[in-house]
Amino acid sequence: MTAVSAPPTTATTKTATRRTGTTTTGRQKVTWGAINFVVVALALIPVLWMISLSFKTPSAVLDPSFVPAQWTWGNYTQILQTSTFVRPLINSIGIGLIATFISVVLASMAAYAVARLRFPGKSLLIGMSLLIAMFPIIALVTPLFAIERALGLFNTWPGLIIPYVAFGLPLGIYTLSAFFREIPWELEKAAKMDGATPFQAFTKVIAPLAAPGMVTTAILVFLACWNEFLLAISLTSTTAARTAPASLAYLSGSSQFTIPTGPIAAAAVVITIPIIFFVLFFQRRIVAGLTSGAVKG
Amino acid sequence: MADIVLDQVTKRFPDGALAVDNISLDIADGEFVILVGPSGCGKSTTLNMIAGLEDISEGELRIGGKVVNNKAPKDRDIAMVFQSYALYPHMTVRENMGFALKLAKTPKSVIDEKVSEAARVLDLTQHLDRRPANLSGGQRQRVAMGRAIVRDPAAFLMDEPLSNLDAKLRVQMRTEVSRLQRRLGTTTVYVTHDQTEAMTLGDRVAVMRNGMIQQVGSPQQLYDRPDNLFVAGFIGSPAMNFLPSVVDNNTLHTPLGDVPLTGRLQRALERAKAPRDLIIGIRPEDFQDAALVAADEQSNGITFRANIDVLESMGSDVYVYFSKDFVNEVKSAELQELAEDSGSADTGGGDAMVARLDTVTQAAEGRDSELWADLRSMHVFNPVTGKNITLDEGDGRAASTGGQGASTATDTAPGAGSGRVPADPGTGSSGTPRRG
Repeated sequence: MTAVSAPPTTATTKTATRRTGTTTTGRQKVTWGAINFVVVALALIPVLWMISLSFKTPSAVLDPSFVPAQWTWGNYTQILQTSTFVRPLINSIGIGLIATFISVVLASMAAYAVARLRFPGKSLLIGMSLLIAMFPIIALVTPLFAIERALGLFNTWPGLIIPYVAFGLPLGIYTLSAFFREIPWELEKAAKMDGATPFQAFTKVIAPLAAPGMVTTAILVFLACWNEFLLAISLTSTTAARTAPASLAYLSGSSQFTIPTGPIAAAAVVITIPIIFFVLFFQRRIVAGLTSGAVKG
Repeated sequence: MADIVLDQVTKRFPDGALAVDNISLDIADGEFVILVGPSGCGKSTTLNMIAGLEDISEGELRIGGKVVNNKAPKDRDIAMVFQSYALYPHMTVRENMGFALKLAKTPKSVIDEKVSEAARVLDLTQHLDRRPANLSGGQRQRVAMGRAIVRDPAAFLMDEPLSNLDAKLRVQMRTEVSRLQRRLGTTTVYVTHDQTEAMTLGDRVAVMRNGMIQQVGSPQQLYDRPDNLFVAGFIGSPAMNFLPSVVDNNTLHTPLGDVPLTGRLQRALERAKAPRDLIIGIRPEDFQDAALVAADEQSNGITFRANIDVLESMGSDVYVYFSKDFVNEVKSAELQELAEDSGSADTGGGDAMVARLDTVTQAAEGRDSELWADLRSMHVFNPVTGKNITLDEGDGRAASTGGQGASTATDTAPGAGSGRVPADPGTGSSGTPRRG
């Protein structure tokens, strides 16, 4: 990616593009290094600033220096002691895991059908799931709010899990059907010939082979649930169901008159940690999930 | 152990395509039957219907006397070997082979015993704990066979099990499959597009085309007495040579020369109400270098000159290819189809004639040679229906011994009996091409 479109001199570009990436000339290395640095810095400075803020004392919040003059864990201890944040954190984990589990189970069945069977309304189903994935959530918030109020789901775990599953399914169906398509159909026929019921063929042969795809899908769906903010803030009113991202707005300072900048920064860091963890450890899987079916092999 | 009976079985796909058209086939207990035909002829669909992987649209399928049309594959007690082997990649060889028994809730000790026994027979014992990805093609193929035999099923179904192997291994495995089948004595249905495999393996061979069985018989029967153009062209390697011929005034005008029509052939033509335009078929081995044919033999055929394009010495024989450009193109739907399928045939198909000569022949590439074609075993086909007219003779059995009497100068002795080929449903009629 680095060397493909480098334009410095025509002669070097040609050789560099032919050799792809690894053997770029010194000049290109410098150019691209600089560009990369700028891009990464632009993306990371706010994150670093947030981390820095989270370690600053309340009085130093307006201090423009990058490195805190006085390091403190105070913001962290404060948010982890209040139910304003701890309870939403638990909600986030619980709702995320449950929604992910339901999504992956349902999506794997649906994706299996999409990949394997020809049935009437198949293209309609795929079209509908794509439509749901593309739908602006903001347009759904008001009706969802009214519906959940009427059904008594408002401000409950199911009240968030159900919409999360609905929005997680299209993603799951898409990634998983790409994985299922790569499993040779003859394996399933072989399982049938070996005496397996369709359910056994699925659980004993197909599902183990699709396990990498399911893990990938689970990660993607969990991240989507974890990061979701709009529904979380609109469909909850107390910490009974509020998730961590939504809880940030409700954090208070050390005293009633302190702006809770430090605690918010600390909470944001806490929320970001699982994401960093996931991305670092499952980078390959996530990329595989996002590009599955796009290119063969 | 069981017999398999296909009774007027038809497969029509939801989109209306007719894949298998009303076929009937009796497979006896312990018999090794081959379904052979070009791709798209419906042979794999037929096998899948026997397996239960495809529904049967019409007709009845009986295994061991019981109708199994609506039974799931697992209730049919049959094992299948797939072209891709379809080994479970996440299981070891041992688990692969024992999977069916495990699903059937067989006690572990019995599974171990049966798997070890099968592994011993197939020489897989030292590979039992490896995964399929770490095995060679031949080993995978044996695991697939092993998975089928551990179950001791009523029948084996094999879907081109050797076509993923390289040529040498394929010949080796072919004898292996044959030996295994004889040893186990299990009814086997084997699908292939390779006529050599069909000829060498089967007790009986069913040639299929366009979803219909063209002819069923022992390999020798199919070779000696093909019912129609398609079977004649499909069976045999190199393939039979086809030449357009015209009957006129009691003479058969062939591109190789004219021969007087014998009474026998004339009667056959009348009985078949054959048109004047015919196609004659001559197998490569019925040619010989004219110099090597005794003078009194020469009258049994035609002597002609041909320019040799290519000469292939096989050691035991010499194949010579000579141009057929003196021949008007032979037109027939069946030959057309064979030519399209000739990717699997050994010779270039319709472009050249091929003759198998004795190695002492003086023929050389690029030179004219005098060749002789034995017309005693010539086949005559109706180009419209594709039917083998010479077989419709009353003394059909004589044909298989070469004494066909057709158009030989000296009328041969009348054939022994009146044994006719058992007429198979769907035989011969060259309907409009339908591909499944």
